[in-house]
Amino acid sequence: MANQEQRLSTKHLLGIKELTIHDIELILETAKNFKDVINRPIKKVPSLRDITIANIFFENSTRTKLSFELAEKRLSADTINFAASSSSVSKGETLIDTVNNILAMKVDMVVMRHPYAGAGVFLSKHIKAQIINAGDGAHEHPTQALLDAFSIREKFGEVAGKKIAIIGDVLHSRVALSNILCLKKLGAEVLVCGPTTLIPKYIGALGVKVEHDLLKALNWCDVANMLRIQLERQETKFFPSLREYSMNYGLNKQILDSIDKEIIVMHPGPINRGVEITSDVADSKQSIILNQVENGVAVRMAVLYLLANQSS
Amino acid sequence: MQTLKLLDGSKFQITIQRLCHQLIENHNDFSESVILGIQPRGIYLANRILAQLKLIFPKSNIKNGILDVTFFRDDFRRKEGILFPSSTQIDFIIEGKKVILIDDVLWTGRTIRSAMDALQAFGRPDKVELLTLVDRRYSRHVPIEANYIGIKVDTINSQKVKVSWKETDGEDQVILISGV
Repeated sequence: MANQEQRLSTKHLLGIKELTIHDIELILETAKNFKDVINRPIKKVPSLRDITIANIFFENSTRTKLSFELAEKRLSADTINFAASSSSVSKGETLIDTVNNILAMKVDMVVMRHPYAGAGVFLSKHIKAQIINAGDGAHEHPTQALLDAFSIREKFGEVAGKKIAIIGDVLHSRVALSNILCLKKLGAEVLVCGPTTLIPKYIGALGVKVEHDLLKALNWCDVANMLRIQLERQETKFFPSLREYSMNYGLNKQILDSIDKEIIVMHPGPINRGVEITSDVADSKQSIILNQVENGVAVRMAVLYLLANQSS
Repeated sequence: MQTLKLLDGSKFQITIQRLCHQLIENHNDFSESVILGIQPRGIYLANRILAQLKLIFPKSNIKNGILDVTFFRDDFRRKEGILFPSSTQIDFIIEGKKVILIDDVLWTGRTIRSAMDALQAFGRPDKVELLTLVDRRYSRHVPIEANYIGIKVDTINSQKVKVSWKETDGEDQVILISGV
């Protein structure tokens, strides 16, 4: 059993980069207990009943937003939601002003998604509340990486030594960076696969393998994490057409059956069905996409619970 | 630091046996009762009680589980260090059952208060009882008393009561530690 003195090394969750291996282990261990809680008939515990959390989303989100909100409610925290599109941001209010106004209403924690990389780090230097990064531009999405690691561990028992291929639009993906950092820290082997234009030039510096052939990547890995093609972030053409991309890098039943072992398929969502992954694969037995979503609530509860301890 | 042995050896065993017989008086064959050990140290006592009951009723199958109260405690964020959760294992519904909560030491009563909150997630029990090996009298923060008590001791706040178990500590004993 973990001893009572354990705590995170950080006050905020800005990215996986700032977390130690011990932090990651602590979050994943705690998440196990919360997974147990959310599978009970009554899924709520009173731990955070004296805490108020603001969910500030400057970018669209379905899963992450709902998942955080549910995690907060399951912990009995009070929550307020804020979407940039329907707020005074459109009247020209700055980020710090917006957040400080929200904090003036006595908010303890801020869960923020923002289209610019480093927005969370910036905010953490200027305001007193605790910040949880729910995705900042193409930089990091730490809770997604943690829930992916949790899901892999749940499936295989451990992450260390496992081979994980991250396939698709690595260049624009915050999930990819956080996943690489998290999986490497936990001792997994990581490979990225995609067309040359969608793989960052110096990604090898993170200690990952690079592969441009989907079949080779699939034959190598135990887990294939398929990334969404982020058309909204692509200002220029990175490949000739979606159809061509899907022919070369789309995961379909045929290619999955052609490899001689059973691999696990993951996807952070939202899925572009028929582009990076076909429906029959996404809904197959090998896919743990919906398990990822379930684990997301447990992992976020663990993050909120552990961070709330840091502020006391 | 001074230590005083309150219970050990055969007396320890006799106390456990007595607690079992007191339970049997109220619960007959335990068909409508469940035994829940409270994490972390109550589970050793619960296991010992269950093993003893098994000797008395060899064919019985008493429902039992372990309950972790961490998320229901009232001192969250009021203490140094994290309240780290342990696991809860209750794979049945306690609706309409007689629940026997088991913990090694009853002191302020706050753990038991949290346990009663935690129980709500598993249904509405018919009755909740408390069994404890050591009752530190006159030190309650909440109005909670045990139904079955191994020994009663009078202590002051600075003293510590430690229950050791053969399984984990090598010896069955209850000791009172002063001047910690």
